[in-house]
Amino acid sequence: MAIKSVQSVFRSLTTLEKTVEKCHIDLDKQKDRLTFTLHCKHGLLKTHNLSFQDSESLQAVFDKDSYANVFKAQPRLLVDTVIHFPPSLEEVTVSVSDERMWVRNHVEEEAEASKAMLTELCLASDEFDHFAAQVHNSVTFCLKELRGLLVFAESTGLPVSMYLDEPGSPVVLSVTDSVLEGNFVLATLSDDPSLRKNSSKGAHTAAPPPPDDFMNDDMDSYLIAMDTSIAPGPSNTGPPPPSLADDTRSKRPAAVSHKARIRIEEAEEEEEETDDLDRLPNKKFRSLFFGSVLPPSSQLSTQPMTSQEVLASDSEEET
Amino acid sequence: MKFRGKIIDIACLNHFTRVVTTISKLTKMCVLRLTPDNLFFVLSGKVANGGVSMWCELSQANFFEEYQMEGVSSEDNEICLEVTPENLSRALKTVQNAKAVKVKLTKKHCPCLTIAAELPTLSSVSRVVTHDVPVDVIPRRLWHEFKEPSMPDFDVSIYLPPLKTMKNIVDRMKNLSNFLVIEANLNGEMNLKIETDLVSVTTHFRDLGNPPWGDDASQDGGPSQSRDPESMVEARVDIRRLQQFLMGQQVNPSKAMCNIVHQSVLHLILLHEDMSLQYFIPAVA
Repeated sequence: MAIKSVQSVFRSLTTLEKTVEKCHIDLDKQKDRLTFTLHCKHGLLKTHNLSFQDSESLQAVFDKDSYANVFKAQPRLLVDTVIHFPPSLEEVTVSVSDERMWVRNHVEEEAEASKAMLTELCLASDEFDHFAAQVHNSVTFCLKELRGLLVFAESTGLPVSMYLDEPGSPVVLSVTDSVLEGNFVLATLSDDPSLRKNSSKGAHTAAPPPPDDFMNDDMDSYLIAMDTSIAPGPSNTGPPPPSLADDTRSKRPAAVSHKARIRIEEAEEEEEETDDLDRLPNKKFRSLFFGSVLPPSSQLSTQPMTSQEVLASDSEEET
Repeated sequence: MKFRGKIIDIACLNHFTRVVTTISKLTKMCVLRLTPDNLFFVLSGKVANGGVSMWCELSQANFFEEYQMEGVSSEDNEICLEVTPENLSRALKTVQNAKAVKVKLTKKHCPCLTIAAELPTLSSVSRVVTHDVPVDVIPRRLWHEFKEPSMPDFDVSIYLPPLKTMKNIVDRMKNLSNFLVIEANLNGEMNLKIETDLVSVTTHFRDLGNPPWGDDASQDGGPSQSRDPESMVEARVDIRRLQQFLMGQQVNPSKAMCNIVHQSVLHLILLHEDMSLQYFIPAVA
């Protein structure tokens, strides 16, 4: 159902407050109709009939309570953070340590990396209402979605809780009050070799942001280190299999354009069906890494997964 | 090569940001020259940008609380960087409420101008935001391209009408024609003219006043002195360049004037308290 249709029922807040005594909502499953009846003053009855289409509902597989890192902050703090980033920025990387959270813009294409402007903001733990970082992680997710939800959170004045886990696992942002609970599940970029180094339990006293020298890209040694099982994608080399992570941690893949997405779900929205979600997220991402190339435009959360084509077979499954 | 500057005063930061923003509206890329006393934003006239050139001079003491630099060498105690002013402007705009802003030359993945700001917070620890703006170091052998332009041997020098008024007029004229003729005389009169097949429009300004340059302005003292105060000199320029110049102005200058070399070049000069901006637009036939 289009949100705009529902919005039009409750269009003028001031009129509603003055004239409406009660609102009756009725769902008619047979006729696929949702009816809003506004009982107004002076015996006036306004009826809005909205048709809807039945579609499959998808549930994101996540468990907030199992997440290693939990933070809670007033929306103002996060709004003040994202304001430093240009509106056109797609993705942002959040890194946490015991006492600090860093927020950086994520630079995607290697070609741009040398000329792109880098912005980084550091937040101290005492600026948060709650700050528990058990594992020092870095995750990258879509900034645009975050901005959207912050607008919502700011208007309601509710604190935002953030649940972070490993790269690849979705990051969950949650807004709760007595009458509603909104969970915004955002996919994160996974298996970025330069980030993996930092995800260790308390091994660092201060988890630094990923090394900035990603121009140290020694392509030759990279290729040698990789398996011949990597299928030739269009001039793309995926990151090495996890076992080689330590050797290559200072290197970045030449063209990191892999994005694996699980769909973003807002609390009340429904999306098209994909059959990928039953699989564990990690496995899904790894198979996409080998050769799947996504054009930047398909990073948008609402794109269905089925539009991606895995170009190379996942030869890891054979061993 | 080292450079480190710190701005503490909010008004200075604000002013500096506005200067950088003005520059960013005039050109996509420019050269930043750093000397012990000054900062210069320079655009050298190239065919690619229509022959337009710009020279903006700031005195560092008016903006920076602390300012240390070490140039390429002791004889050439200067740093020349090619930078995208829009990046600088964007970085500065977001930190207007900072307690302190440091600008440093750093080497990250490439040479960068890093803008590091300490933001006020409620907690004990300050929030630090850093913006790394990539720059290109200009080698010494190219420095000659970015020297201060010499004052042209102008025929007429006249104060400009209020920039806002000028901008409104030029905006409307732009709809009718691509070229505009600006003419002025020593009697404080200026006309902005456009002419097309169908229509010609002229806007007249009177009593603008002519800046008293004195003898040293025109080399041989000949042309301006003996010039008939009523006779007009003109320059036909690309209207978009003029519009771009007028659009970018964020602050009202203390003095705004232009020098015209007949059918050759239009030289616009804006003087603020602590900044001067010169803009050259070549005349077209």
